[in-house]
Amino acid sequence: MAISPDAVPRLWRLARLDYDPARQRPVLLYPEGAVLLNDTGRAILELVDGSRTVAQIAAELSNRYQTDVTADVTAYLSQLAERELIQ
Amino acid sequence: MTTHERPTTLLAELTHRCPLHCPYCSNPLDLLRAESEIGTEDWKRVFTQARELGVLQLGLSGGEPMVRKDLEELAVHARSLGLYTTLVTSGLGLTRKRAEALRAAGLEHVQVSVQDADPETAERIAGISSVKQKQAAIAVVKELGFAFSINVVLHRANLDRIGEIIDMAAGYGADRLELANTQYYGWGLRNRASLMPTREQVLRAKAIAQERMKRYKGQMQITFVLPDYFEELPKACYGGWGRYYIVVAPDGRALPCHGAYAIPSLELPNVRERSIDWIWHESPAFQAFRGDAWMKEPCRSCPRKAVDFGGCRCQALALTGDAANADPVCTLSPHRHLIDEALLEHAGAEAYVYRELAPEPQRA
Repeated sequence: MAISPDAVPRLWRLARLDYDPARQRPVLLYPEGAVLLNDTGRAILELVDGSRTVAQIAAELSNRYQTDVTADVTAYLSQLAERELIQ
Repeated sequence: MTTHERPTTLLAELTHRCPLHCPYCSNPLDLLRAESEIGTEDWKRVFTQARELGVLQLGLSGGEPMVRKDLEELAVHARSLGLYTTLVTSGLGLTRKRAEALRAAGLEHVQVSVQDADPETAERIAGISSVKQKQAAIAVVKELGFAFSINVVLHRANLDRIGEIIDMAAGYGADRLELANTQYYGWGLRNRASLMPTREQVLRAKAIAQERMKRYKGQMQITFVLPDYFEELPKACYGGWGRYYIVVAPDGRALPCHGAYAIPSLELPNVRERSIDWIWHESPAFQAFRGDAWMKEPCRSCPRKAVDFGGCRCQALALTGDAANADPVCTLSPHRHLIDEALLEHAGAEAYVYRELAPEPQRA
């Protein structure tokens, strides 16, 4: 199910954004698991702060990349919500 | 050399000492004593080398890791490296003072084992009075704001209370609940006839767990994995041999999984003599069952060989006598009848062989 544009996502309390020096990749860490991120993933998750809406995150990144990334942002956050890594 | 992944997880079995005597313990039958344990500087070096190699997750485990007086120092070091660290504890020895010190050290996640929702059965399984101490430890873990998981090993004597167990974990305020069906290696294999549930018990428990997953969604994550004996295909043990996982034993021996002690042909490297990098990339033990060159039929020509890697090597050895055979859980294995026979072992009363150290050896 797609996440609502009005939703205000935040990271799961047990998850932490970090950088993995060995793989030279940003990474989302949580108990018994890890998701290796690309730079886009990191850019999205850095804006997942419990105050911005999905729509605001999409607008901010669309502005930054000078192209409409709303669909990508929504799909990415929906997938993480499905895995309960964001709430 | 074949290409292989970097490891993601280091399980540091800091000690085999433990106040509990659970009959399904994942430690080997031949438990190590305190005097053979490696020191603080050894562990810190191992953590540093593991992190450099790519390890992201660290489990501080045992035995009961709280018996190590240097645990706080190890937690500080792990945090300074950026590792996501889990303390895997029974709760015994996790006093307020030590919990506060671990919090200050930057430890993020505490996993407490619970044996049952029924206190009497819980203490019969643990072989020791322990429920009150666990409850006190859990209260402190919650109060200090750790990420908090509960782990329950499931077997014949507690499976019928799975609903109560899940509700109890929610009542304790757990963020995660791992419902782990008993694995039949080491102590678990020794006690298999006393632990084995019926198929009806397992299926009923699965249905209740699925219902509770929905009920507690957003509050508590619940994982429930069917015991592999009840499956028709083997599990990819640790995601494949030497692919993601390193276990270091209390005496410094490094293993690709915590059951691998039992495979006598493996020459286990020791972190006292070798670097984690060498152990991962070069040691014969970590290469022994990596990839698929070692496989026999029916695995060798099986399309699932890159999915389940032939299942568990330790289970293949323990039940068929050859670690390179297909995991006998697989219905394609000529040894599957050994599993089907074991599934009929649920009839008798529970007569546990409790986990304990062998008597002190005679000195010459």
